Amino acid sequence: MATNLDINPALQFVKDTCSVHGNAPEKLLEILHDIQNAKGYIPNIAYVAIANALNLSRAEVYGVVSFYHDFRQTPPAQKTIKLCMAEACQSVGARELRAELEAEFGVEIDIKIPDSEIEIGTVFCLGNCALGPAVLVGGQVYGRVDAQRVKDILKGDNA
Amino acid sequence: MRKIYIPRDTASVSIGADVVARKFADAGFTVVRTGSRGAAWLEVLVEIETPKGRIGYGPVQPRDVENLIQCDISNGEAHPLYLGPVEEIEYFQKQTRITFARAGVIDPLSVEDFLAHGGFQGLKKAAELGPKEIVKTVLDSGLRGRGGAGFPTGIKWQTALDASPKQKCEQKYVVCNADEGDGGTFSDRLLMESDPFALIEGMIICGYAIGATKGYIYLRSEYPLTKDILTTVIANGYRSGWLGKDIGGLGVDFDLELRIGAGAYICGEETSLLDSLEGKRGMVRAKPPLPAIAGLFGKPTIINNVITLASVPDIFVNGAQSYAAHGVARSRGTLPFQLAGNVKRGGLVEVPFGTTLRELIEGFGGGTYSGRPIKAVQVGGPLGSYLPPESLDVVLDYEAFDAIGGAIGHGGIVVFDDSADMGQQARFAFEFCELESCGKCTPCRIGSVRGKETIDKILAGENPHENLALLEDLFETMELGSLCAMGGLTPKPVRSLLKHFPQDFGEAVMCAKQGAEG
Repeated sequence: MATNLDINPALQFVKDTCSVHGNAPEKLLEILHDIQNAKGYIPNIAYVAIANALNLSRAEVYGVVSFYHDFRQTPPAQKTIKLCMAEACQSVGARELRAELEAEFGVEIDIKIPDSEIEIGTVFCLGNCALGPAVLVGGQVYGRVDAQRVKDILKGDNA
Repeated sequence: MRKIYIPRDTASVSIGADVVARKFADAGFTVVRTGSRGAAWLEVLVEIETPKGRIGYGPVQPRDVENLIQCDISNGEAHPLYLGPVEEIEYFQKQTRITFARAGVIDPLSVEDFLAHGGFQGLKKAAELGPKEIVKTVLDSGLRGRGGAGFPTGIKWQTALDASPKQKCEQKYVVCNADEGDGGTFSDRLLMESDPFALIEGMIICGYAIGATKGYIYLRSEYPLTKDILTTVIANGYRSGWLGKDIGGLGVDFDLELRIGAGAYICGEETSLLDSLEGKRGMVRAKPPLPAIAGLFGKPTIINNVITLASVPDIFVNGAQSYAAHGVARSRGTLPFQLAGNVKRGGLVEVPFGTTLRELIEGFGGGTYSGRPIKAVQVGGPLGSYLPPESLDVVLDYEAFDAIGGAIGHGGIVVFDDSADMGQQARFAFEFCELESCGKCTPCRIGSVRGKETIDKILAGENPHENLALLEDLFETMELGSLCAMGGLTPKPVRSLLKHFPQDFGEAVMCAKQGAEG
């Protein structure tokens, strides 16, 4: 029988993650990375739990989440692409590629459209500057891409 | 069993190195995954071991593998991808590889391979010298910070060594800045993916010199493969006794931890990096106090760039004089330049200071990737100047380059062909500052937004003269009033673009600029 004492599993996960990192405030980024890797974003319920565990204020935790581009406050789309928009990729057509991808998938860069299967975000430099344009999909960097190659990558055809 | 070497760095993997490696393994080859020698244009560079040394093929695409296996790969002079003995490839032969000597040669994960290629010899020699002599040696080598600012490394180390802890047991720290955020740079990544133990060796030497037993590598999150490699390498270091207590039986203790950033460019600024390491927002700190006196958790801390630290071991193996013998004027040693963007033969080129942009871009790089004429070259990342083709003959040393309004920075060189719109690049410089400013000081936080708006107005032909004057005012405010280089140097690329490419900002700007010079 469920009782009020049952803890929401997501909340328990947050508490456990803090505990794994010794509830140390200097490990806040590591904790947030772990939560996001598991859940895809930092859920609202995490703020109080982290703040309590690390002896910080909720504002401090929120301040860190909102400062860093990596941390998301909403769930990601099913497929996410990070397109490098730094200078080296710009010099080999990243701006044109962005426009093509936006048209192809009907999305706007850095804007999450509800219920869209796909989301394209900007990243500034993937360190693949001699083989641009570059994208990051599923933790893997791809070089010398065009719109067709991005579509192939999303289909799972990596070769 | 035929042994074959295939790179595993972000660049080679980004164009199929993992698939190439799998295909060779399936065909019965013994595959060794090395780092990369840095010639991105030859990737995937496949090297087969023969009695005459390693023979290279490249650029190999996954679809080429079957054909390569069918021909006699150990003797494939007739094959179109045949490059000959790898060491004799001109691109490598013309370089002076000191910091990157082992890159692409060894298995980066293997302590044994590192040791077999001279690894930890620098640490052994340093341990015999003791802290004071170590700092003196680094000072004598003329090594300057490779992260961009070019501050003499020995002076920084001396400051941390002299910082007397309030209590005798007080902790000092060594922090490696691996937040290589500048667009067009990848030498840190390549070093960490190709010869990570060289970095670890440099960090241990630094720790021993200043009395720090704890180190951190702050790696940017945009380098997922680097993270995997470093995680494995640190574990291997502990397992083999080259990290932890009494390292290599030399009586040196050093613990090392890997920390991952979260996508903030500003965290490459050293004090912002420290705040981030402490689990906070990456806000820039006012200096003084210098981090060498009060850094991480308020304790004396050395923050050095990856290349700076990885350059240290050689200084002890071959001597400070040998390192200082390379280079010109006050820029001693070598710098791994990175040829990026619209360039035909892009990649890493380690050469002594004193070379020219022309030698790098035309000699090594072979001109543009598109084959069109060069329009501009940006040197030193997003905060570096854009130069016109006429400036390519200036000598690359810190001071000479500074004198023409440039900055070598971290050695990134981004080439643009004549299709590039320099007005858009100026807008981007401000936009980047707007997105990446930590927000602590007003000139950077607000100035970046106003700068972008003003550029937009100029590009739209709206009161160009008034807006140009406004922009000049804004430059001065940002340069003089910003807390760190982010706001302070953002005007640099924009100024250089207005100076060298006024035609891209509309007729009014072109006339105004020509009038001012005439």
